[in-house]
Amino acid sequence: MAEQAHAPVESLALREQFNTPEQQKESSAFGMWIFLVTEVMFFGGLFLAYTIYRNTYPVVFGMASTSLNAVIGALNTAVLLCSSFTMVLGVRAAQLGRRRALVIFLILTLLLGMVFLGVKAYEWNQKFVEHHIPGAHFHFEGAAEQGPAQLFFSLYFVMTGLHALHMVVGAGILSWLLYHAVRGRFTAEYMTPVDIAGLYWHFVDIIWIFLFPLLYLIDRHMR
Amino acid sequence: MNTAAIETQENYLNAGYGLKSWLLTKDHKRIAILYLITITIFFFIGGIFASLIRIELLTPQGNLVSSETYNKLFTMHGIAMIFFFLIPSIPATLGNFFLPMMIGARDLAFPRINLLSWYLLVIGGAFAIFAMLAGGVDTGWTFYTPYSTTYSNSWVIATALGIFVSGFSSILTGLNFIVTVHRMRAPGMTWFRLPLFVWANYATAVIQVLGTPVVAVTLVLVFCERVFHIGIFDPNLGGDPVLFQHMFWFYSHPAVYIMVLPAMGVISEIISVFSRKPIFGYHVVAFSSMAIAVIGFLVWGHHLFVSTQSVYAGLVFSFLSYFVAIPSAVKVFNWTATLYKGSISFATPMLYAFGFIGLFTIGGLTGLFVASLGFDVHVTDTYFVVAHFHYIMVGGTIMAFLGGLHYWWPKITGRMYPENWAKLSAAIIFVGFNLTFFPQFILGYMGMPRRYHNYPDEFQVLHVLSTAGASILAIGYLFPMVYFMWSLRYGAVAGANPWGATGLEWTMQSPPPVHNFDEIPVVTHEVYDYSTVVKEGVEVG
Amino acid sequence: MKLPLFPESASTFAPDVDHLLFYLVGVSVFFTVLIFGAIFYFAIRYRRRSDNELPKPIHASLALEIAWSVIPFGLTMIMFAWGANIFFKESRPPKDAMQIYVVAKQWMWKLQHMEGQREINELHIPVGRPVKLTMTSEDAIHSFFVPAFRTKQDVVPGRYSTTWFTATKPGKYHLFCAEYCGTKHSGMTGWIYAMEPQDYQAWLSGGRSFGSLAENGEKLFQDLACGNCHKADGSGRCPSLVGLFGRSVQLADGRFVNADEAYLRESILQPNAKIVAGYQPLMPTFQGQVTEEGVLELIEYIKSLVPPPAAGTGTTPAEINVNPGVATATPSNR
Repeated sequence: MAEQAHAPVESLALREQFNTPEQQKESSAFGMWIFLVTEVMFFGGLFLAYTIYRNTYPVVFGMASTSLNAVIGALNTAVLLCSSFTMVLGVRAAQLGRRRALVIFLILTLLLGMVFLGVKAYEWNQKFVEHHIPGAHFHFEGAAEQGPAQLFFSLYFVMTGLHALHMVVGAGILSWLLYHAVRGRFTAEYMTPVDIAGLYWHFVDIIWIFLFPLLYLIDRHMR
Repeated sequence: MNTAAIETQENYLNAGYGLKSWLLTKDHKRIAILYLITITIFFFIGGIFASLIRIELLTPQGNLVSSETYNKLFTMHGIAMIFFFLIPSIPATLGNFFLPMMIGARDLAFPRINLLSWYLLVIGGAFAIFAMLAGGVDTGWTFYTPYSTTYSNSWVIATALGIFVSGFSSILTGLNFIVTVHRMRAPGMTWFRLPLFVWANYATAVIQVLGTPVVAVTLVLVFCERVFHIGIFDPNLGGDPVLFQHMFWFYSHPAVYIMVLPAMGVISEIISVFSRKPIFGYHVVAFSSMAIAVIGFLVWGHHLFVSTQSVYAGLVFSFLSYFVAIPSAVKVFNWTATLYKGSISFATPMLYAFGFIGLFTIGGLTGLFVASLGFDVHVTDTYFVVAHFHYIMVGGTIMAFLGGLHYWWPKITGRMYPENWAKLSAAIIFVGFNLTFFPQFILGYMGMPRRYHNYPDEFQVLHVLSTAGASILAIGYLFPMVYFMWSLRYGAVAGANPWGATGLEWTMQSPPPVHNFDEIPVVTHEVYDYSTVVKEGVEVG
Repeated sequence: MKLPLFPESASTFAPDVDHLLFYLVGVSVFFTVLIFGAIFYFAIRYRRRSDNELPKPIHASLALEIAWSVIPFGLTMIMFAWGANIFFKESRPPKDAMQIYVVAKQWMWKLQHMEGQREINELHIPVGRPVKLTMTSEDAIHSFFVPAFRTKQDVVPGRYSTTWFTATKPGKYHLFCAEYCGTKHSGMTGWIYAMEPQDYQAWLSGGRSFGSLAENGEKLFQDLACGNCHKADGSGRCPSLVGLFGRSVQLADGRFVNADEAYLRESILQPNAKIVAGYQPLMPTFQGQVTEEGVLELIEYIKSLVPPPAAGTGTTPAEINVNPGVATATPSNR
């Protein structure tokens, strides 16, 4: 997935298949948008499964959902939103050709991303402690039927897990950008990689914006 | 031009030698050749499995291989053929080679991603071959849960992983095509001057991009279910095994169009060139590709009529299935109308195109049978369905693939294939195909279930006929392998435009140079305008 | 060697499906001949006579395009309506149908008659009487397929599916599993014996009986001590089951559900999935303790609990629209 960002980069020169820098830039951005469409479909399958099971087992899903720590979830949401903000500032800095600012904002974005992953790791660890990991040792105190409760946590782990995987890939892309930004490879004329990496980062952010209420908040109003 | 010229003239084939110049190439033409070799290997792997299946079914008792082995044979036949041959077949080889040339581009928009796609297919294929060698997989290519997740005792995970990885190959190819068609067209190459092959590949790319991620995430869930027992499809934990079927067919029904749309594109090119007329109803044919791509996403539930899906859902899916039939029918009518008052040549590609239209017509019409609810209840999961989709996949896609390969072979290699041998093998394939699969319609209506290792005696005669046909078909497929290889060295030198065709790919030398166009052409003619080529008095092969 | 080319026709659906087949084949033959004929004719009539031939381009005709879109579409709509009509009939079992329970497992069919006869891979039915199958699976998905009846229905673990047919001709017909279910999938076959009604009666009384399903269900109900909570007069900690089947039940979250087989099955295996309004989620799950056959027997027993016609005092708080009255006839009321 990281290759998306790689394609048009590496040299300032126009790649031979393109006629003009505009064509090259537009193609790269367009390619990233289409890639994001595929990502929507990818996560779409999971959201579908979630919707169906939540509808089938509303009570158990509610109970399981309220067992998640919404405060930590909200904190993580804030962290991720901030990282999108610093990413925007980074893209802006690249547009204006401010190398120092670009480097600083990339580092900030990367750090916030790491904080998010760290908090996520802490939460998953809590689930281990509480026996909320699907499998033979699964046990959820609240519900009489362990099956549907386990379904909720299965979806929780698959969805947040794939989201985290996307974050890790994103962190890889940011590191790569950072490496080249420090070397001054990006200018106001040529900053496509920063631009499309930003698109990717925001997309991963948006996925979380859907995951957070669906997994953490959806049943809070009932209590 | 003589034989010496073809070898001295610089082209994409002699631009570099050695393994590295191939394995690290970013040239779409070389990548297309890599794909061609890869999918040919998978075609023969799948073909060997098919042969064993047909030999096994000669007798009702099932005494050649065990049930376990038989189940693995049809599963691996399906997986090799569908995921590693049919899906990449035309787009990744002919599409990859000709799409950039046809729109007047030097390459695809992302050549390195193109190479990556090929590597992903190879890696995915390696997983699948590993699974086959390690002991095989017996779930059927459809991986229905909970059998695949709970009860199967075979290499499901490795196979699913292989398909997952190769899925990204398909996604990235689609992405590359979409961006290329949108952003890389030469000046004057408007949307409605695009050859229909480009339209077809564009529509295919839309399906690849929208559909494949869904099957990818479904396979992720199967993987998690099998490894961690997470319960998503496990009825014992409250999961729904039929949900898998919905998610699977949401991709796998449109995947049928991934396989057949590019074939339709090839046929449009061939019909036009060999009747030397523009395709009748060009706009309608172009839009019908897009219509198939879009409506194709709304009909997956017709695979689930007896699955406990609600009666009303069945009704809607049956209704919508007829909507997707119309654009396909319209294409057939337009191709036929194109022949009217044409100048029709019987070169091999045209014979394949006729074969395609005939077999696709039968495959498509029997599609109307199975879309009808009351009828489908009786024939679903029988040989009727097997016959129906082989008419589309083999009678349609493979006929078109072979037709396209013969049509563009002179451009790809600079050499002509031997015309008489080619005509003979086209006839053998047509006869063998019908003898193999027509009896299966009757078998299916009589109630012979698919995936049966042994069967009641009364079905034997039809099975023997089918196996006889399959052996003819197998011989038919070996012929082109041999004479294509032969032609690489001994074939007549082709020249730039042996057929008197109009596409931009025929304006360049054969084989094409590394950088397709030194100067990007400016397109001033409408598509399929034969007055531009025939006046020049080209020699027609 | 025999070479039959057409399946036997032995149910009321079979002629319907066959007639649809004839229509479909008729339309197909027409279009195939039309297209093949046109291709042959054009190909020969307009064959290329010299290499420099340049036919006049013909671009399009809107009228033709519309004609060959609309006419085939009309023909396909007939296919749709005809097929849908048969499908509707197939999915609506008549009320008076004879009930058979089917439990599928790798790789056999277990069938139970209401009167208690059990069969494996064989099913005896009378001709002329509708037979309704209620089916579930213990493992993978299977599919109940009788070609001579033109019916097929998947049998899915974790839920009930139903199908029905009326046999019209006495005889012995193939039963196939049509959904791939593992190693011995092709061995998961059996026979349907359609018999004249009097022969069927003779068969019923001749075979070993294991007690009717409802009786067995009652025994199981007592063994599991269900009656301790589910008291018939509604005074227990759990709702009364008398007259429950087929009624609408209000749940704790305000929804109404119809108390059909699927609901009863779920309430036995996952009692807390749907809590009846006014009751606490107290019931333990019986998943793993009751076999699929046992669940079917329990359901049949619950179905047999009908309130006496004249009774009508006291409504349980839980079951809106349900007035089980005071049932005194149920032996489980201990």
